[in-house]
Amino acid sequence: MRRGAYNLYGWLLLLPAMALLALFTHWPALATFIDSFWSTPKLRRASVFVGMDNYSSMLSDSVFWQALFNNLLFALGTIPISIALALVMAIWVNDRIAGRAAVRMAYFTPTVLPMIAVANIWLFFYTPQYGLLEQVLSLFGARAHNWLGSPETALACVIVVAIWKEAGFFMIFYLAALQQISPTLAEAAALEGASRFTFFRRVQFPLLMPTTLFVLVNAVINAFRTIDHIIVMTRGGPDNATTLLLYYIYEVGFKYWDSTYAAALTVILLVLLAAVALSQYVLLERRIHYR
Amino acid sequence: MSASGQAAPYALHGAGRALESAAAWLLAILWLLPLLYALWTAFHPAEFSARFILSAPLTLENFVQAWHAAPFARYFLNTFVLVTLILSCQLILCTLAAYAFARFEFVGRELAFALVLLQLMIMPDVLIVENYRTMSWLGLVDTIPGIALPYVASAFGIFLLRQTFKSVPRELDDAARVEGAGPLQVLWRVYVPLAKPVYLAYALVSVSYHWNNFLWPLIVTNSVEARPLTVGLQVFASTDQGIDWSVICAATLMTSAPLLFGFLLFQRQFVQSFMRAGIR
Repeated sequence: MRRGAYNLYGWLLLLPAMALLALFTHWPALATFIDSFWSTPKLRRASVFVGMDNYSSMLSDSVFWQALFNNLLFALGTIPISIALALVMAIWVNDRIAGRAAVRMAYFTPTVLPMIAVANIWLFFYTPQYGLLEQVLSLFGARAHNWLGSPETALACVIVVAIWKEAGFFMIFYLAALQQISPTLAEAAALEGASRFTFFRRVQFPLLMPTTLFVLVNAVINAFRTIDHIIVMTRGGPDNATTLLLYYIYEVGFKYWDSTYAAALTVILLVLLAAVALSQYVLLERRIHYR
Repeated sequence: MSASGQAAPYALHGAGRALESAAAWLLAILWLLPLLYALWTAFHPAEFSARFILSAPLTLENFVQAWHAAPFARYFLNTFVLVTLILSCQLILCTLAAYAFARFEFVGRELAFALVLLQLMIMPDVLIVENYRTMSWLGLVDTIPGIALPYVASAFGIFLLRQTFKSVPRELDDAARVEGAGPLQVLWRVYVPLAKPVYLAYALVSVSYHWNNFLWPLIVTNSVEARPLTVGLQVFASTDQGIDWSVICAATLMTSAPLLFGFLLFQRQFVQSFMRAGIR
């Protein structure tokens, strides 16, 4: 084929996917940004340009700050623990423990189930009085406590569910990476007299760095985009104790129907996600050269 | 899964190994506990929902009640249509786009690829407000295509298939061309058959993602005719009519059952698909 034909053919093949991407990713991202500088049209008032008004009211919106803070706590609570657990799970399943296929299945099962379904199960688990958690605790003589109903414990309860759902998923990536580490490395390390822990710390862990980065980025993105369990278990309550950023966007956009304020909030979320992607890029360029 | 990555000299023996197995098993049981708990509740009468007595009678009554309490048959159908629609469109669009990126040199290719990858960061899940506006403009609110459309052009699928197509030897491509095959015939006869395992991996990931997806369908649907299972389950479970936990547990298990059975049957493929999809 001639050059011109190549050009045409390439673009024709790309066209359907590109058109849909433009319509449902590029345009909405741009429109979110534009809309955030306008007011929400009301019954008798058309939308007008309001400059930074949405952003300045965001600064004084205590729920926004709480949602941001909650999201940070949620990320800090879920990410390190689920990644550490995933690594431990992968190492166990990779070693020749008894019945490892069954164990691997147990770890991975939460990943395939709908979050909304398992959140319902966990809701029951946390129920006051006759939930399993309360029953077990009452055996030990603990006082009755409404786990999801108290602002002090609600976020922690949601974090536990997220860890349980995600750890098995991340385990898979560590498992794949562990199986690609050459067995000769272990033999060499053993010849040098390295302990098992030294072998993990100096050989396995550094070789797993690219996987850790991949898992980390996924975990951060998930922490900002998954709110199914919030909708089922707490609806952001009690007293906004479990309101995450996307949940707040959902509330503002589809309960109060303030679409331009929701757009301004979405801009903040997009900036956060962009920062994550950018730091991944920088880290990849600088630090990790093992591949 | 072979033991090739096994750190043989560091494999534990005797007591150490027993301890490791015990710890792994303990965590596994802990991990399955919520599910076992739901199974117990769903298969026993309501009065046993949190009383674990081995002599408690088994029953299917909760499933019968759940099935009749909400139009689950319709929800199953909707989810099935939704998942099939998304996957088939994704396979076609992503294949064409990936082929273009892998084997054609055209003006603006790098820019176009960067624009595709942007979706890995800005997912449709986040753009709910604007996408809802677009859908109402298109008149697609409360329809199954309305749920599906934002996900059809999948950056992940394009990326995955592009990598696969790039690893196909050029000689095969050339050989087919010498025999007079056009670009689309080459794609169909050479590239697609060689990418079969990747298609399977992608299909499993896509189906389980969209079977489970909740937020966007919740926003864009408001009738029984369009609602997928996840949204239907939530509508059913959140009505304050004093529905028993045992019935909710039964409904919960019912909605996840197809995926759970699929997972148990194709466990190896599932795990390997997720692995393959994750290694970039």
